[in-house]
Amino acid sequence: MTAELARDPASLVFLQLGEALRLQRQLDAAARVARSGLERHPDRPDALDLYARVLADAGNRDGARETWEHVLTLAPRHVGALKGLAYLAYRERDYDAALDMLETALSEDPADQTVVLALQTARAAADRLDAEFRLRTGADIFAGIEGADHAILLLDARGLVLGGVLRDHRGLVVSEEVAAYIAGAAQEAERAARVLELGEWQTLECEGTDGHLHVSPPARDAILLVRRDRAVPAGRVALLARRAAAAAQAWLEAQAG
Amino acid sequence: MKAERLNPALDRITRVRGVRGAMVVSADDGLVVADALMEGIRGNAVAALAGSLAARLGRAAAVTDAGGQRFVHLAAEGGALLLLAGSEGLLIVAVTDHHVNVGLARLEMQRAAEEIA
Repeated sequence: MTAELARDPASLVFLQLGEALRLQRQLDAAARVARSGLERHPDRPDALDLYARVLADAGNRDGARETWEHVLTLAPRHVGALKGLAYLAYRERDYDAALDMLETALSEDPADQTVVLALQTARAAADRLDAEFRLRTGADIFAGIEGADHAILLLDARGLVLGGVLRDHRGLVVSEEVAAYIAGAAQEAERAARVLELGEWQTLECEGTDGHLHVSPPARDAILLVRRDRAVPAGRVALLARRAAAAAQAWLEAQAG
Repeated sequence: MKAERLNPALDRITRVRGVRGAMVVSADDGLVVADALMEGIRGNAVAALAGSLAARLGRAAAVTDAGGQRFVHLAAEGGALLLLAGSEGLLIVAVTDHHVNVGLARLEMQRAAEEIA
């Protein structure tokens, strides 16, 4: 390829030569070939794509990004540039952007197996990130337990919400307001048990005209509230509360670990 | 409200096995209105705690659409504190050990609430 390029400097063989050098990790040589080709073909997307790949391999991500973005101004659905920018987004953990670009690339060339594999990798990473986020924020602590999306709340002893959600009859989230009152009630429960020499408090159940509140400490410095309608028998509320407490304990242990 | 109506009502609550004492408390200020307590139970402290507990739970119940409080059961390792909302801002309070039949105690508390209404 080198000889062919020497014979005909305007040949497009520099694209293959540059890529071969890049794959052999001869990045300086690959960059020289790519720059040389670009002198003769400054607006050729493939040449710019090659140069961007060399820059990316050399760790010059800003330069690679700028070059690939330039490619997209010349050829908006250029698969190489889309894959390159997706790779950069992936490295920055911006998986949504990576998935967007890879899906565009796949629609342009559905047979490109490298895009298919990259999409699988990016989707798996996005799923992992989502799972981590949900674990960290407590969004899924009570998944699968009746009332998880509106009637179970985990808070700390200071009244700050740790996870779960409580909504009123209009569907409005009232978690923070309720958490403040419940933390106060739990303090009173602890104090009452101490003054009456009853030992550690275990549960605090409130039967209202329209619903039940079940409060318990699933772990030290944590308080769990389960709210159910009046029609739900108190025993069933207690059963739900035990399941929710087990889920809360597992989540708190995962956080501690 | 006369003592002759309050005290028999409280006595019936304390006859339930496991109940160590019963009181009528003003929910607003946590003050004792009448009591029938075993020795060693600090009536004033219990009344204050019962009033405060009821007030805090009442606010949470209101925000969560649980409505007005009817019955509160604080369960602990060694017993329980039971609160039942009576008329005119009064709370019927019972302190129990852990052998108590909560349902029976509640029934007597309910009767007491009706008698003193």
